[in-house]
Amino acid sequence: MKDFEYQTATTVDEAVSLLAARGERARVLTGGTDLIVQLREGLREADLVVDIKKIPELMELSYSPRSGLKLGAAVPCYRIYDDPEISRAYAALADSARIIGGWQIQSRASIGGNLCNSSPAADSIPSLIVYDVICHLAGPQGRRTVRVADFCTAPGRNVLGRGEILATLEFPPIKKNSGASYLRFIPRNEMDIAVVGAASWLQLDAAGERIEKARVALAAVAPTPLPLTAVSEWLVGKPATSETFAAAGDMASLAVKPISDKRGTVEYRKHLSGVLTKRTLVIAADRARGASAPAH
Amino acid sequence: MAKKIHVTSTINGEPIEFLCDARQSLLEVLRDTLDFTGAKEGCNNGNCGACTVLLDGLPVDSCLVLGVEVEGAKITTIEGIAREAHLHPIQQCFLEDAALQCGICTPGFIMSTKALLDSNPNPSEHEIRFQLSGNLCRCTGYDKIIRAVQDSAKALSAGVERGGTKATQPDGRRAAKKQPQAR
Ligand SMILES: Cc1cc2nc3c(=O)[nH]c(=O)nc-3n(C[C@H](O)[C@H](O)[C@H](O)COP(=O)(O)OP(=O)(O)OC[C@H]3O[C@@H](n4cnc5c(N)ncnc54)[C@H](O)[C@@H]3O)c2cc1C
Ligand code: FES
Ligand code: FES
Repeated sequence: MKDFEYQTATTVDEAVSLLAARGERARVLTGGTDLIVQLREGLREADLVVDIKKIPELMELSYSPRSGLKLGAAVPCYRIYDDPEISRAYAALADSARIIGGWQIQSRASIGGNLCNSSPAADSIPSLIVYDVICHLAGPQGRRTVRVADFCTAPGRNVLGRGEILATLEFPPIKKNSGASYLRFIPRNEMDIAVVGAASWLQLDAAGERIEKARVALAAVAPTPLPLTAVSEWLVGKPATSETFAAAGDMASLAVKPISDKRGTVEYRKHLSGVLTKRTLVIAADRARGASAPAH
Repeated sequence: MAKKIHVTSTINGEPIEFLCDARQSLLEVLRDTLDFTGAKEGCNNGNCGACTVLLDGLPVDSCLVLGVEVEGAKITTIEGIAREAHLHPIQQCFLEDAALQCGICTPGFIMSTKALLDSNPNPSEHEIRFQLSGNLCRCTGYDKIIRAVQDSAKALSAGVERGGTKATQPDGRRAAKKQPQAR
């Protein structure tokens, strides 16, 4: 690996000014589970690496039913699933955090890094989309917010400008009678990149019978993580039954336009999109009715 | 070439200072600078777990941590878990259960097993397989490793002598990921 300069920032302003001064030649380091591999393999180059894990705001993880969840961009995955209250409230986020790599990866890897790496197959992004997360960015021009569905722009690309970092992810408070789930398909049991990933979020009526609101998003079927807007809208007002969820799965299969690569063909990915959409909707509905999240 | 960076950390309970380049991984520093050659390099990209060490009690792939990142941190390597002349009960069980052939993966498996049993003293087979999925073995076919972990769990929780080894107390403290209620 080519050598680089290493700096630790302790405030957001310090990180931003270090990064802004070097532009493209500077990279942010959180868990390093993407960045170190990319630098070592020559996929990316950097003259300066700015470690942001010492910035308190970026390591904050706080939850209250009233204000929702604030997830600092550098918080490693294990802190999410280790917190029983957060894993119960934001079960799809915990589903994602538990399957990003193995335990060694989860000790380091952050959800912020997963989002900023902006892979179309990233396991956390569909969950962030269905929770309608707000990304708080900080840059040389100050702070701004972006909806997570608008964050990724192309494989490995996103809306971050020169010197700009992701500071926190804001999850809205959990709605009554709502539930969510994330599943991915891989040929192994663990430790692989999603052939397809799906997240679903549902809000049901008080009886748990009719869908009031829905959001579905998929990974690895488009150049960026894909919100399935038409399917989500179609679900509203429908009964929360297996027939409805199967029909939504069929719609998802038709709605996606994936590519063929070494992980799967177009046909296979379309099929998986349907299956995973249906299954995550079933789990989301169960969770909305009060079933607690399974261990994983 | 940038100036070498001075880092202070605690390795296996001993305060240690070293100099390294920013680009050097913790694995390189451990093996090449500090002569802790127990952690192995398998893939050098986070997939095999042969380089697993505990960083502040958590298992990490030392090939994916920079040496400069461990300033102020506590690291435990395979060299640090035996007590004087006695193997750690996990080491003893891997040996007695023949849970290794070439042995390249073994230090990593033992460190992950230690982290697992520290946080979840009585894991199910499913939990063991899930938690150790970041460690690969090309030789054993895993079954003997799983058995060694199960036997280690028994040895540790009984706190008994096994093969002349006194079970040590678990130290790293964190809630097990599979038991969110145990917190
Ligand atoms: C063995 C292995 C298995 C993996 N398995 C999975 C998997 O199953 N699913 C999956 O989705 N991913 C997987 N990954 C990829 C990786 O672990 C995740 O994407 C992880 O979430 C990245 O987080 P990080 O904190 O390590 O990011 P880093 O590597 O530190 O950063 C990633 C990128 O984002 C930038 N960045 C990070 N944080 C910020 C910020 N706050 N502001 C601006 N830019 C930022 C960095 O500069 C870098 O370009 C795996 C990786 C490995 C090595
Ligand atoms: S050498 Fe570090 S994970 Fe393989
Ligand atoms: S014993 Fe050879 S890799 Fe595991």
